[in-house]
Amino acid sequence: MSDTRTPSSCSLALTVNGRAVALEVPAHSLLLDVLRERLGLKGAKRSCDMQVCGACTVLVDGAPVSSCTYLAVEADGARVLTVEGLGDGDTLDPIQEAFIEHGAVQCGFCTSGMLMSARALLAEDPAPTRERVAHYLRGNLCRCTGYGKVIDAIVACGRRQEARA
Amino acid sequence: MLRPFALYRPTTLPELGELLAEHGNDAAIYAGGTELLLLLKEGLLRVRCLIDIKRVSGLDAILSEQGAVTIGATVRHRTVERSPLLHERCPLLARVAAHVANVRVRHVGTIGGNLAFADPHSDLATIGLAFDGAVSLWSRARERQVPLADFVLGPYETSRRDDEILTSVRLRPWLQGTVGAYLKFGVYERPTLGVALAVTMSPAGQVSEARLAVGCVGPRPRRFDDVEQQMIGATAADLADAAKPLADATAEAVDTVADLHGSADYKREMTRVFVRRAVATVAARAAGRDLHERYPHTIVV
Repeated sequence: MSDTRTPSSCSLALTVNGRAVALEVPAHSLLLDVLRERLGLKGAKRSCDMQVCGACTVLVDGAPVSSCTYLAVEADGARVLTVEGLGDGDTLDPIQEAFIEHGAVQCGFCTSGMLMSARALLAEDPAPTRERVAHYLRGNLCRCTGYGKVIDAIVACGRRQEARA
Repeated sequence: MLRPFALYRPTTLPELGELLAEHGNDAAIYAGGTELLLLLKEGLLRVRCLIDIKRVSGLDAILSEQGAVTIGATVRHRTVERSPLLHERCPLLARVAAHVANVRVRHVGTIGGNLAFADPHSDLATIGLAFDGAVSLWSRARERQVPLADFVLGPYETSRRDDEILTSVRLRPWLQGTVGAYLKFGVYERPTLGVALAVTMSPAGQVSEARLAVGCVGPRPRRFDDVEQQMIGATAADLADAAKPLADATAEAVDTVADLHGSADYKREMTRVFVRRAVATVAARAAGRDLHERYPHTIVV
């Protein structure tokens, strides 16, 4: 039989926000807990804890996942991107700039998840329509301010990227 | 938080069979985990180990065979949503996949997991019935095919035995000249009701075959043979005229249960409303038009 067992503690080697990370985690560790508690990355939030609200969204090899309901071992060998990995030091990512310009933030709790979903969408579809944005962000809930400005920001960011291309 | 468990990751069916035989009730089969991990977090299910089937070779394929399409158990909703093969052979299924839960769940959740978990508030089992779906169940002793209609027994209950694994679902693509629609209603994360309807039109413009499935409102999704029979021979215009009696007949026959989505009576009434809308939608499509009707809290696929 091949190596079929992950013991209670297993080795993970992954890239988090461009940085190589190696650590031992229990098989039942959730990616969100590893990011927040082991790596000190508090951008992804635990909120509904059932993959409905999107506050814990991070990208694994470019695909958005709910890190609250995703085993850390699944990210072994993958590239993980969290909101801390957007932008570069003093320079914000264009999607962050767009959120600021359009006032697409109120309390901010959902924002990191919104930004990560938006990043994934723009990588898939560089200039999405409003309908496409609304459909893609169906699983990102905001309880403060609604979605109009968020959609405005993502559509504008897409248009700007397209104009530059 | 999750309780500790061991994780097994077999790469072949024989290895998987051995693990299932060894661990039996102490193990849960793990694919996407979008449903399983929720149960484990809530403590509704306790197991000593998870058996991850995602590395088992051969379970992640979408195959087109003569007269059938087979979707492997570990194929993700997102893959169905984007599969050119499925858009060609089972277009309604591929389009419905784009509306399952949210994009994060679709990236991780699998077809096999969805069917085997048998959440009554699910789209896939309902739409699968409209494609005469049948699942393959594999164990060390044998492999068997079970029609979806006999596989889902009730909420979270299937005819899969503990030593079996769901390896794939086989669908019968619709014949040339078939038009269909799926209407999904709900204000919560999961659908409150799903209606799938497809009619095959003969060259003379009459219904030669009809498939009507209703899901989410009762203990399990089901087809309505008697109502389907009433559609045979109808023209597109006849269908549009018969929307109300067809909807009434379905509402009479449907088995509804009360849950957080509403009372049994409410669901029977909603079945009536949405079957009528589905018939109107499909009748228009059979006549080469689209209705462009917008219904509150409803996705029309």
